[in-house]
Amino acid sequence: MIPFIAQASADGLQVEPHWYMALAAVLFTIGAAGLLLRRNALVMFMSIELMLNAVNLTFVAVDSGLGSLEGQISVLFVMVVAAAEVTVGLAIIAAVFRRRATASVDELSGLKG
Amino acid sequence: MVEVILFAIFALAALAGALVMVSARNPVYSAMGLLLTMFSIAVFYIMNGAHFVAAVQVLIYAGAVMTLFLFVIMLIGVDRAVDTDETIPLQRPMVMLLGGGLLFLVIFAAWDVWITGTASGVCAVDCTGTIENVSDELFGAWLLPFEATVLLLTIAAVGTVALAQFAVKPRLVESGGEEE
Repeated sequence: MIPFIAQASADGLQVEPHWYMALAAVLFTIGAAGLLLRRNALVMFMSIELMLNAVNLTFVAVDSGLGSLEGQISVLFVMVVAAAEVTVGLAIIAAVFRRRATASVDELSGLKG
Repeated sequence: MVEVILFAIFALAALAGALVMVSARNPVYSAMGLLLTMFSIAVFYIMNGAHFVAAVQVLIYAGAVMTLFLFVIMLIGVDRAVDTDETIPLQRPMVMLLGGGLLFLVIFAAWDVWITGTASGVCAVDCTGTIENVSDELFGAWLLPFEATVLLLTIAAVGTVALAQFAVKPRLVESGGEEE
């Protein structure tokens, strides 16, 4: 049996920070798989957002495990960077679409040698 | 016990949203799945005492970012051919293998060392993520990084405006051959 489940059931089942970490790991993996699977630039972008969200969840879970606040500050900074990234990235996608009329990354092979 | 039930419900919701996001053919469904995941993560923030971060998550991510995504999806058009056919051989099995490997590595190899060490922060009395506590920390020790984000956001805004004003010239030769 997985150790923390045994320990938690001995304590009278409580939500441990480890649970959030495991959930965040699964979400991160789904995001990474989506990034590799999909070829629509928008869905790839959303996969990146999902990975960022999973990491944010990890920060907050560690915070509540350690009793600190730095993780939440980090989450705020990650959110700011993600917002800037989304703004520029979606502008790039829209600009590419205006020129090439596609959002599929397979068709954007103009730089291929 | 209530917390465990809440965790189970919203963990399932988050996973379902993530899976819908990856597997949906229509990008609008993908956006809705991601929205569900983000709301569930906001609930997890509240359960961990990060109230301010949860509010920001709902306002910025579920509000602003997803609206921007939906706006661009509508702009680009949702009725186009979707990308569910394989162009790279063995792409899906390879992704499954790599994803499974990553998950195995993170969950089982790093199990015992997930949370170690002690907190380095100054908050010893009350570490709940209320606005007061978070702003004490943010405008105290983290003031310089905070100011740096202002610079970053300004650069992003200027870059977006520059991209939007890009003059679109129609391509003469579509296949990228010799243009003379």
